Amino acid sequence: MSEAGIGRPIDRVDGALKVTGRAQFAAEFAPSGLAYAVVVQSSVPSGRFRVDTSEARRRPGVLAVLSYENAPALPQKGRAAINPPAGRTLSLLQDDAIHYNGEPIGVVVAETFEQAVDAATAVVVSYSKTAAQLDFEKAKSSAYRPEKLTRGPADLSWGDVDAGLRETEARIDRIYTTPMEHHNPMEPHATIAQWEGDRLTLHDATQGVSGVRQTVAKIFGISADNVRVIDPFVGGGFGCKGSAWSHVVLAAMAAKEVGRPVKLVLSRPQMFGPVGGRPQTEQRIVLGARRDGRLTLVRHDVISHTSFMEDFAEPSSQPTRALYACPNGATTQRLVQLNVGVPTFQRAPGESTGTFATECAMDELAYELGIDPLELRLRNYAEVEPSSGKQWSSKRLRECYRVAAERFGWSRRNPKPRSMRDGRSLIGWGMGTATYPAHRMPASASAHLLRDGTAIVRSGTQDLGTGTYTVMTQIAAETLGLPVERVRFELGDTAFPAAPVSGGSMTAASVGPAVQNACSALREKIIAFAIRDTASPLRGIDAREVAIENGWILSRRGKPRREPLSAFAARQTETLEAAGEAKPDKEEEQFASRSFGAVFAEVRIDEQTGVLRVLRIVATYSVGRLMNAKTALSQLQGGIVWGVSQALFEQSVLDTRYGRFVNGNLAEYHVPVNADIQKIDVTFIDENDTVFNPLGARGIGEIGITAVAAVLANAAYHATGNRVRDLPITLDKLM
Amino acid sequence: MRSFTYLRVDQIDAAINGSSAPGSKYLAGGTNLLDLMKGYVEQPERIVDINRLPLAQVLELPDGGVRIGALVRNSDAANHPLIRERYPLLSQAFLAGASPQLRNMASVGGNLMQRTRCFYFYDTAFAACNKRVPGTGCAAREGFNRIHAIFGASERCVATHPSDMAVALAALDAVVEVRGPTGTRRIPIGEFHRLPGTTPERDTNLQPRELIIAVDLPRSRFAAHSHYLKIRDRASYAFALVSVAAALDQPGGSVRDVRIVLGGVAHKPWRVDKAEREIVGRRLNEASISAAARASVEAAQPLRDNAFKVELARRAVAQALRNAGGIT
Repeated sequence: MSEAGIGRPIDRVDGALKVTGRAQFAAEFAPSGLAYAVVVQSSVPSGRFRVDTSEARRRPGVLAVLSYENAPALPQKGRAAINPPAGRTLSLLQDDAIHYNGEPIGVVVAETFEQAVDAATAVVVSYSKTAAQLDFEKAKSSAYRPEKLTRGPADLSWGDVDAGLRETEARIDRIYTTPMEHHNPMEPHATIAQWEGDRLTLHDATQGVSGVRQTVAKIFGISADNVRVIDPFVGGGFGCKGSAWSHVVLAAMAAKEVGRPVKLVLSRPQMFGPVGGRPQTEQRIVLGARRDGRLTLVRHDVISHTSFMEDFAEPSSQPTRALYACPNGATTQRLVQLNVGVPTFQRAPGESTGTFATECAMDELAYELGIDPLELRLRNYAEVEPSSGKQWSSKRLRECYRVAAERFGWSRRNPKPRSMRDGRSLIGWGMGTATYPAHRMPASASAHLLRDGTAIVRSGTQDLGTGTYTVMTQIAAETLGLPVERVRFELGDTAFPAAPVSGGSMTAASVGPAVQNACSALREKIIAFAIRDTASPLRGIDAREVAIENGWILSRRGKPRREPLSAFAARQTETLEAAGEAKPDKEEEQFASRSFGAVFAEVRIDEQTGVLRVLRIVATYSVGRLMNAKTALSQLQGGIVWGVSQALFEQSVLDTRYGRFVNGNLAEYHVPVNADIQKIDVTFIDENDTVFNPLGARGIGEIGITAVAAVLANAAYHATGNRVRDLPITLDKLM
Repeated sequence: MRSFTYLRVDQIDAAINGSSAPGSKYLAGGTNLLDLMKGYVEQPERIVDINRLPLAQVLELPDGGVRIGALVRNSDAANHPLIRERYPLLSQAFLAGASPQLRNMASVGGNLMQRTRCFYFYDTAFAACNKRVPGTGCAAREGFNRIHAIFGASERCVATHPSDMAVALAALDAVVEVRGPTGTRRIPIGEFHRLPGTTPERDTNLQPRELIIAVDLPRSRFAAHSHYLKIRDRASYAFALVSVAAALDQPGGSVRDVRIVLGGVAHKPWRVDKAEREIVGRRLNEASISAAARASVEAAQPLRDNAFKVELARRAVAQALRNAGGIT
């Protein structure tokens, strides 16, 4: 076992680069001759428009003003690459139709950013408005069933709900609602586009360089081989950078138009609309149970909004399909179309919104039955996936409940609402189950031994700030038998072996095994060379008896023989390299794979003003094997912070007269500040899910946000006796 | 932002002279003005940078009061020994506002001059805003108005003034000294900001080109019993849904003098004399507190989304009075 040790809590290998400002993000590349583009947006939600760009063109420094009147015609009117998640329905200046307020309708290119912004204000747009559909409540009557969810069917039933009803002794039937939200990673979307002939290079803030390449190539009708996408560092994504949105193509279009590299960075207000967001949901949950708490039926009917441009369903019913043992279940998903931008995946799509409903509903059922909420969950523990009957590849939720409950002190809870006080404040304790499915996709990697004895390992994956650089370096170092300092992992470039989008919590489980395979292959190659190398002390030994450990190539049996790998490498005339791939196999598909966790929280609520403070959150997770205990902790803590945000703060408020978000900036779109976050205690159950993949990891990027909103709502109920079923839980709902 | 000419001055007279060009604006900390310029809400043609004027001092006045120069930074004012000792209410209000970074830049004069945070004022894509463009209407009145006024609004405008500092100043009977082309005048804080009426584009009663020189605080008897209570949607870096500056002078058990001023509820700091009269001459107890709290909100006229502010304000007044009076 080398120093690298998969799982060890080493510091981020890119940490120093980031804190010293040397990590180069997409907008920070500076090709010579760079021009600047800004997007012009519609200010009405529906209709057609005419544009007068004459004044804008006269402004100083302006190089081009593009609109549907003069933009180059794209194959299939720009619709050639619609293939979510990477390829969405975009706004590419191909016609005069407006689908939402804030839709890109033009691009101004100038010598400087300031000149481009100035000229954009001089573009005169006249609208002929048509009636827009903006009111979710009114649109509900025309809800329809989407063809399918991203994963799984729109409607899924098992058992017989009507039969379940006959056995039901207690029942709750409730509606839970969650608002529109927008991702707002620290780094806004940014693209630098540069053409050399018909070859295009994009520096793009993205969660998926390969997806951007495929999408942009198809839209322009060029070969993907002619498009290179580079993004070594991403300042957060959370789903909105999982697709190539309009501005990416518009930047490339502008660069072609002016014959120079063009940079296009979205402003913060432009992050509210053209680059996705979390759909609004209305979720009806029916739970039936016997007096002893065992579930007899579960219904979860979800309505979420989408755009008129494209169907995207927030799969909030997913947790119900997997969370609790219940013989009879029915889940449905419906969509309503609104004149807003296309919504998309946002951290823990489905589970973030869905667990708010399921975990509040279980709490309500617990009160209905007079059973402790934790005990109710244990009585309905799902030993197999309830909707499919599949065995779990690994599941240790029971231990999560036990460990977290003990750390929290749950057994001391008086279940009666308003029973716990601290002076003028009410204290509330709540709990719930966190969950997120585990997925993996095909990925590939390469490994190279340089003549100085260090290794470079590459994969066209991304690091969203999660720690991909670090954990892949650890996997590579351990597999190669090198200290971690002697391995450099490179990513974020379509010139590297292809890897999937960094989304769905699947990077570790997808790319990790590919890196492992590439490094195993390189190690075998090194050993094969060494035993044939006349200058090597290992010459002639059986390959099976040779190992590489901590930078030494050595014999494992017989007379001790060894030399530094660097000495071996120095004798090579060329770089040794190997490739590796990994993909899910059929055997895995026979199992259900999912991560779980138990989350407990204590809140303090001012009885007079309704001001809620989260005093502590205690959570224990079963997420498979950890690749790095330190970055894993950060992922889960960060996820929980976002859960607090979802619970208490976030909502994009749509003015239904104009179709425009009134709080489209970070002053008024609230996320937690440091003062909102107090103690967060995260622990993990030791686990190794090798049925799911050879590395044993299940992914940790999203589960942290799940259940937290429900846990805080449950705690708020316990404190006040007031059940809030509509997020966010603002003080006016608790007064 | 729109291009502008820039003039930096180091004399007060030069500043006032420099603002003679139409479309001139004084620039101090810039924490609000620059944002508004970037958003094309403010489009000054000339910026007169006053940061070098000698107005950054906190001075003791002969009567026991304190003069705060217009360019004293919010964080310096909040932490100045004279302010902390004699006007802890003001120190609390400063520290309740914005973030440390903003307070390090924002000036006292600029704090008085900050504009509303009304969503519809800030985003020029909303065409209707009488405050931004007179005569265009008010998108907030029938729009999302959770953060808007419950007192003193008009058909033309329902915006609130966002300052915490000004609420405390109103409780402390501050006087704003201003200088313009025709000389110096002193404006009591209660007359500094305006109600929107038919001219919501005017936030204050400053005349064109007038420059804030200082804020004078008279000697105060409230230092021992005051409290600034700010209620907002998150623990820091958020504007008040409702705030209350409560100050009591109760030398012998009964209340000799009191100030109750609400923030976040009107186009200006909202002093409620009627509530004050419920307390003066009485002992501070749950009965008098409750009477004052009820009186505080009698005139409230909530909008669609902000009715909760009426009850919140009532409770906040009671809580602030309890805190000021040391009633636990």
